[in-house]
Amino acid sequence: MNDLIIIPIIKLLVIFGVCMLFITYTTWLERKALGHFQLRYGPMRVGYHGLLQPIADGIKNFFKEEVVPDNADRAVFLLAPVISISLAVMLLAVIPFGDSFTLFGKRIDLYLANPSIGILFILGFATIGSYGTILGGWSSGNKYGYMGGLRASAMIISYELSMAFAVVSIIMVTGSFSLVDMVAAQHHMWNIVREPVAFLVFLISGIAELNRTPFDMPEAESELCCGYNIEYSSMKFSLFFLAEYTHLFVFASLVTTLFLGGWHGPILPGVVWFFVKTFIVIFLCIWIRATIPRLRYDKVMKLEWKFLLPVALANVIATGVVLTLFG
Amino acid sequence: MSESKTVTLNMGPHHPATHGVLRVVLELDGETIVNATPVIGYLHRGIEKICESRTYQQILPLTDRLDYSAASANNLGYCLAVEKLMGIEAPKRAQYLRVIMAELARIMGHHLWLGTHALDIGAMTVIFYAFRDREMIMAMNEEISGYRLTPSFIRIGGLAYDATDDFIQKVRKFVQWFPKALEGYHQLLTDNKIWTTRTMNIGKISAAEAINHGLTGPSLRGSGVAYDVRKAFPYSSYEDFDFKVPIGETGDVYDRYLVRMEEFKQSIGIIGQAIENLPSGPVFTDNPWLANPSLEEVQSDISALIRRFMINSKGTPVPGGELYSAVEGAKGELGFYLVGDGSEHPYRLKIRSSCFYLASALPRLLVGHMVADAIAIIGSLDVVLGEIDR
Repeated sequence: MNDLIIIPIIKLLVIFGVCMLFITYTTWLERKALGHFQLRYGPMRVGYHGLLQPIADGIKNFFKEEVVPDNADRAVFLLAPVISISLAVMLLAVIPFGDSFTLFGKRIDLYLANPSIGILFILGFATIGSYGTILGGWSSGNKYGYMGGLRASAMIISYELSMAFAVVSIIMVTGSFSLVDMVAAQHHMWNIVREPVAFLVFLISGIAELNRTPFDMPEAESELCCGYNIEYSSMKFSLFFLAEYTHLFVFASLVTTLFLGGWHGPILPGVVWFFVKTFIVIFLCIWIRATIPRLRYDKVMKLEWKFLLPVALANVIATGVVLTLFG
Repeated sequence: MSESKTVTLNMGPHHPATHGVLRVVLELDGETIVNATPVIGYLHRGIEKICESRTYQQILPLTDRLDYSAASANNLGYCLAVEKLMGIEAPKRAQYLRVIMAELARIMGHHLWLGTHALDIGAMTVIFYAFRDREMIMAMNEEISGYRLTPSFIRIGGLAYDATDDFIQKVRKFVQWFPKALEGYHQLLTDNKIWTTRTMNIGKISAAEAINHGLTGPSLRGSGVAYDVRKAFPYSSYEDFDFKVPIGETGDVYDRYLVRMEEFKQSIGIIGQAIENLPSGPVFTDNPWLANPSLEEVQSDISALIRRFMINSKGTPVPGGELYSAVEGAKGELGFYLVGDGSEHPYRLKIRSSCFYLASALPRLLVGHMVADAIAIIGSLDVVLGEIDR
């Protein structure tokens, strides 16, 4: 009874709480880090160095007026942010945060679920989550939103491919679809050493999948003035915003899990290592955002179809050859 | 499915990348622009009409509000036009200080261009580095005139005050510092692969076409025409300074970018020469119709009191006649066509705004490109709506 219901519920609450806190503070980190990259301080007013800023923003958005445009498709318009956030949060279920430990004589695993197809679960739900973006842009009844949604669908379809192929080479090396097995297989050597090409492909297509600079086509604030979420206000906007950062967190933890050895690391406990590595990847994304200009929409597509996809495919073949010959 | 429908997209007047209140009606086929119509007038304040009922001195603060990103250059253009009509010339020290102010304004204007242009293309950090240095110029403006953005420091007949030692020190420091900062801007953008793919071969315009469209300033020079009012018709002692007029080759967004980046360097060179060779002497002409008597004089001499009163309340009568006088503003040739009728206010003041011609070339430049390029092209022309709408 306990093992089946109470422990999972406690784990669910803890994982959801900790991750949401981490994600909320990722927004703070992004604003703060961008600020320091750009010769300014970022949030400073609410709490020590703006530490309470995310909470203040949340409260503010909660009390803002709900605006639904007249020519929006009301049902879809309201549903889109819900799709976005719920599917994004679901991804947290399969991420292995740390090694298992024993508490009061019980073995507790630091993940909610370990399905044998963990990585497929993530790829699938991340793609379905993009329906939130597409539907949100389409249902707004706004041309900018519509173009944002259009761009989002094209981006997701394209970059999903190279991302999946980068993952395929990891699956080949590990021999399992389970994320926990993947981490376990990296005990002696991280996958980034074994599969550097797959790492780069995954990183680039992941950033594209997240719609972050330099691939922030669906929002492109200077072209489409925020694209798909242009008509969204108050909590609906907050949900999109949170979904975006949840995706960022999931992406960073995936990079950690697939390539950076997951929770493995000396001295410190596994969970700490996991969050440190995730933090480093998130910081890398912020750094890229602060430095690089935005690519043009058609060039982004060209990069995927003419460069990343062939490279990822070649990498899969090379991995197969090496595994057959020496594995 | 042979019939393809186009979408009309209203870009602006409330759009983050149209630099103020420019509105461009785009007709899109997918993301490709098949037709573009700029719509202006959202910032119309009737400056030209207001000028007809103001004295010549009162018009000066209005000129600040034309191209507000480089206000001193507008002041200079207007003052030169009035001085030419009156047949007077400012003293040499005033001319040099005017050059310093105008070039500082040019750098300020280019800072705004660089920051927003990069921001439009998605490099969000550049604007803060540009504004760090723009802030230094703002501080100089404040030091010398009391105002940061709209100094109104250059007056008809000379300058409002003489330069303070603090100002000269600040300029010297800036001249030493700025080349390093410029190097930083170059490192952020010039060789960046994404930046070059976004800007090269975008918004191309040939030299002949650019002339036909009436383009001036960096946008014309990007197409390879070395026309610069400072060289072609030197004014305010520009002939004393050694500077180059940078030109581009292909006339695309990248060339216009490079031209402006080089203009930073030339401007700072001019400022350096001017501040080191600053002549001594008065900064205001001794024309009694313009020069305010000092307060001591006013308190001891009734005629000085009357003169001060006349200048400041009735204004200065300017002889009748008409002339066109142009300066090189930050965006291009800024001309003032002035018709005087012998009274204290102009009969007509027509402002030749370089940005108006730049915006009128938009349909030619935008068609065939994508929406993302439209942003880059509008940014590279550097239009300021305050000057278009007046």
